[in-house]
Amino acid sequence: MKMSSVNIKRRKRLGARIVTGIPFMWLFLLVLIPFFIVFKISFAETAYSIPPFTPLFDEEGKWHIVYQNYQDIFADFWSSLGAMLNPFDGGNRGDNIYLLTYWLSIKTALMTTLICLLLGYPMAYAISRANPSIRNALLLAIMLPFWTSFLLRVYAWMGLLTTNGIINNFLMKWDIISEPLDMFYNSFSLILVMVYAYLPFMILPLYTQLVKLDKRLLEAAADLGAHPIKAFLTITLPMSKSGIIAGSMLVFIPSVGEYVVPELVGGPDNLMIGKVLWQAFSDQNNWPLAAAIAVVMVILLVLPIGVQQYFDNRETAKGGK
Amino acid sequence: MMSNRMSPFLKIMLFAGLAFLYIPLIILVIYSFNDSKLVTVWGGFTTEWYGKLLKNDQILSAAWLSLKIAVTSSLAAVALGTLAGYALARIKRFRGNTLFAGMVSAPMVMPDVITGLSMLLLIMQVQMLLQGALGNDVAWLDRGFFTIFLGHTTLCMAYITVVIRSRLTELDQSLEEAAMDLGARPLKIFFVITLPLIAPAIASGFLLGVTLSLDDVVITSFLSGPGSATLPQVIFSKIRLGLDPQMNVLATIFIGVVGTLVIMMNYIMMRQATKREYEMAAAYKAEQKALEELSA
Repeated sequence: MKMSSVNIKRRKRLGARIVTGIPFMWLFLLVLIPFFIVFKISFAETAYSIPPFTPLFDEEGKWHIVYQNYQDIFADFWSSLGAMLNPFDGGNRGDNIYLLTYWLSIKTALMTTLICLLLGYPMAYAISRANPSIRNALLLAIMLPFWTSFLLRVYAWMGLLTTNGIINNFLMKWDIISEPLDMFYNSFSLILVMVYAYLPFMILPLYTQLVKLDKRLLEAAADLGAHPIKAFLTITLPMSKSGIIAGSMLVFIPSVGEYVVPELVGGPDNLMIGKVLWQAFSDQNNWPLAAAIAVVMVILLVLPIGVQQYFDNRETAKGGK
Repeated sequence: MMSNRMSPFLKIMLFAGLAFLYIPLIILVIYSFNDSKLVTVWGGFTTEWYGKLLKNDQILSAAWLSLKIAVTSSLAAVALGTLAGYALARIKRFRGNTLFAGMVSAPMVMPDVITGLSMLLLIMQVQMLLQGALGNDVAWLDRGFFTIFLGHTTLCMAYITVVIRSRLTELDQSLEEAAMDLGARPLKIFFVITLPLIAPAIASGFLLGVTLSLDDVVITSFLSGPGSATLPQVIFSKIRLGLDPQMNVLATIFIGVVGTLVIMMNYIMMRQATKREYEMAAAYKAEQKALEELSA
């Protein structure tokens, strides 16, 4: 009797080991190790060979570590930063293309996140207040575009926004404008399409948070004479904070590394870091530099994730008490 | 009930938002029937572009390759994601679980350029190592179907794990515990009880995987070699050059197929939910009746 229970335990432990072991190994080999390789190669030098970089150990087994890639990325840091951020020196964007593109990527991502939040919050709120019978249909309507091809959704806007596109055609035909509007291949089209692509990612976490909100709190506030706006600011908004943070992260993080949208609708002034990495990798064949750009990008993205984790943990700690 | 009413502002925002999401797609569908040399000027109705697309070998072979990659990598990702989701939801405290959770979500969080670059560098390094050890060409690791499969499986696995994990966490564990008390083996419990219960999550995870794989252009660009262009790669290179009516047709087909699939899945899932509710109500009634008879 006792033997068999020990046996079962042992077998269960073996089962658990297999269940965790298989995906663990897969991820270890295809996620963790690749990151280390990127990190390693970011300290190499480009070379005319296959693969096109120098090994970290030379033939005599000595370290061969090069910091040149990072020096390139952070060259003239302060003067470039000053030129880039100076609002009175329009046009001068500094000499350091890497810093500039990191900055433009973050700026674009922040703008996208903010507009998604302003647009998505009322939508999520409306769905959470809608009749439960149509709530699912509305959620499905939000999700449906997400399931269709991302590239073709971007393409849909290209036909609308170009100089001789559908919007300009109609506006000119109805004599609303005489000159075509310049809506394409600039910051306007970039942000518009980014918002279009990422809006569902903002709405869904906001909705899950808002639908949990206890309506009695708002009724109590109204009974006590609070203006709806005040009730919103003091009750609804603070209670949906985690939804706001989650949605913003879901929009901000992929926006920073976005490659497709800026390439198709962004135009020459909106260089983003994904493109610079791709150029370093494929046009210049400078794999170590591409790796270094990736490492700096990971650090940039891990920072906000860390902040979110910190607030998450604080929130759960509060909830536990 | 003032708080339950939807204010006009909210209504307008909701409808404006939905219009924003759908108008570009509707116009795209309409213009797929446009008979005009200028892509953006309406010139009458035609189905000419549909015929042209169905004869476009480049797009058809790319679509076939994409479909093969999407299905195989989603199947692999479902298998891995179910294991990973089970580990995170049920086994919870095992050595390295924080690292495990971090590694699962990394492909979701990291930009595609980084995932693609890191996987390519890995493949090159492994190829180099094997070449040094074996002394011959390691052609099966050349960029192509297999390398794209590896990349897509890892990407899809991350999302599928989240779906299956959350389904497992909200699942009532009493059935599994009852089976365990009755002496069923863990493997049997999993296949007889747990798997049927999470089947809807597995199905939607699989569909999500297929969508992600059919959408990805950046990771694929790092991992594909000559002669292995996927559908998104062909679309990307075409729309980069400008507007193309065949792309409208492709988008219309996408929207039609995906729309039907998603609405059908939702309908089936809703029917199952109501059926389950109905069964539960019936069981409850029977139980009540039995109790009444007992007490009588």
